[in-house]
Amino acid sequence: MLNYLTLIFFCQLVGEAFVAATGLPVPGPVLGMVLLFAGLSIRGSIPKDLDTVSGALLSNLSLLFVPAGTGIMVHLSLLAGDGIAVSVALVISTMATIAVTGLMMQALTRKKPGSVDDAE
Amino acid sequence: MPNELQSELQDVWVYLSASPLLHLTMTLAAYQAGMWIYKRGGMNPLLNPVLFAVVMLVAILMLTGTSYETFFEGAQFVHFLLGPATVSLAVPLYRQFHRVRESALAIAVSLFTGSAFAATSAMGISWLLGASHRTIISIGPKSVTAPVAMGISDSLGGLPSLTAVLVIATGILGAALGPLALNLAGVKDWAARGFAMGTGAHGIGTARALQVNEVAGAFAGLAMGLNALATAILLPLAWAIFR
Repeated sequence: MLNYLTLIFFCQLVGEAFVAATGLPVPGPVLGMVLLFAGLSIRGSIPKDLDTVSGALLSNLSLLFVPAGTGIMVHLSLLAGDGIAVSVALVISTMATIAVTGLMMQALTRKKPGSVDDAE
Repeated sequence: MPNELQSELQDVWVYLSASPLLHLTMTLAAYQAGMWIYKRGGMNPLLNPVLFAVVMLVAILMLTGTSYETFFEGAQFVHFLLGPATVSLAVPLYRQFHRVRESALAIAVSLFTGSAFAATSAMGISWLLGASHRTIISIGPKSVTAPVAMGISDSLGGLPSLTAVLVIATGILGAALGPLALNLAGVKDWAARGFAMGTGAHGIGTARALQVNEVAGAFAGLAMGLNALATAILLPLAWAIFR
C-alpha cells in the first residue's frame, strides 16, 4: 500500500516540478493526475492496492476542502461594498453554468447512435 | 470557588490551543458532524458537509478569538492531502475512459461552452449590479480550481486572495445547488451531470459527484482539469480582445 501512496506523491512531485520549470497554467496535481493516468494506460489495468489507496483519498475528498474553505473568514472583508452583487452573480452564474454545461453535454451525447439506450 | 481548578483549566486550554492537534481534531469532527447530517438527510445536496463544517469552524474560531493562521497549523495536514487526492482522480478516470473516448467531441464543445459561460455570466452580472472593476476581474475565473484561478486573476489585474474566496464559495454553492439546477434542466445522464459539476464547481463539485455516482465522479474530475486549462488560456485572451 505504501508503495502506491509513494507513487501518487511522486506523480504530484513531478507535476509540481514541471509546472515550476515551465510556468504552464495548470496546477501540479492536475499534471500528476495526467501522469498517473498515462501510467495506468501503459499498464492496462488498475493495481488492487492503488485502487484501495486512491479510493481512501477520494472517499473523503470533500473533507479536504474544509481548511481552505474556513479561510473565507479572513477575506470576507475584501468584498467591501460588493457583497450583494457578488452573491447574486455567484448563485445565478454557478447554477446556470452547471445547467448549460449539463444540457450541452447531454444533447451532444444523445445524438450519437447507440448511446441512447444506456443513457439513464 | 475553586479558582485553582479554573486557572488549571485555563492552562490546559492555552496549551491545547497552541498545539496543531486541537484544530486538526476540530476539522475532522466538524466535517464528520456535517457528514452525519448529510447522510441522515439522504445526501440532500443542500446539506453539503463542507458548508456545514466551514460554518461551524468559522463560528467556533470567531467565538474563541482564534486566528485563521493558528487554525491552519492544525488543519494543514488535511489540506495537504488535496494534491494526492487530485492525482488519485486518474483511477476513476481510467476506469471510465471508454465512455470519455466515446464522447470526445461532446466533451470539447461542452467544455468550451461551460468555460466561456461561467466567466462571462459571473463578470456580466456583477458588472450589471455595479460591482467594482477589481471585483469584476476577480470573479472571472471563479469556476476554476483555486491555484489556477488565483494565477489567472493575478495576470488580469484582479486580487488573487479575493478570487480564492469566490472560488471556494462557488464550489460550495455548486455542490449545494448544482444538482437542483441539473434536475430543473432535465439533465439525467450521469456523465453529463458530472461533467457539468466539474466545469462549474471544480473540486468541491467533483467531490459531490463522486459521492453520488462513479461515472459522474470520473467526468467531473476530467472536467475540473480541462476547465482549468481552458480558462487559463481563453480568459486572458478574451479579456485582451474585448476589454
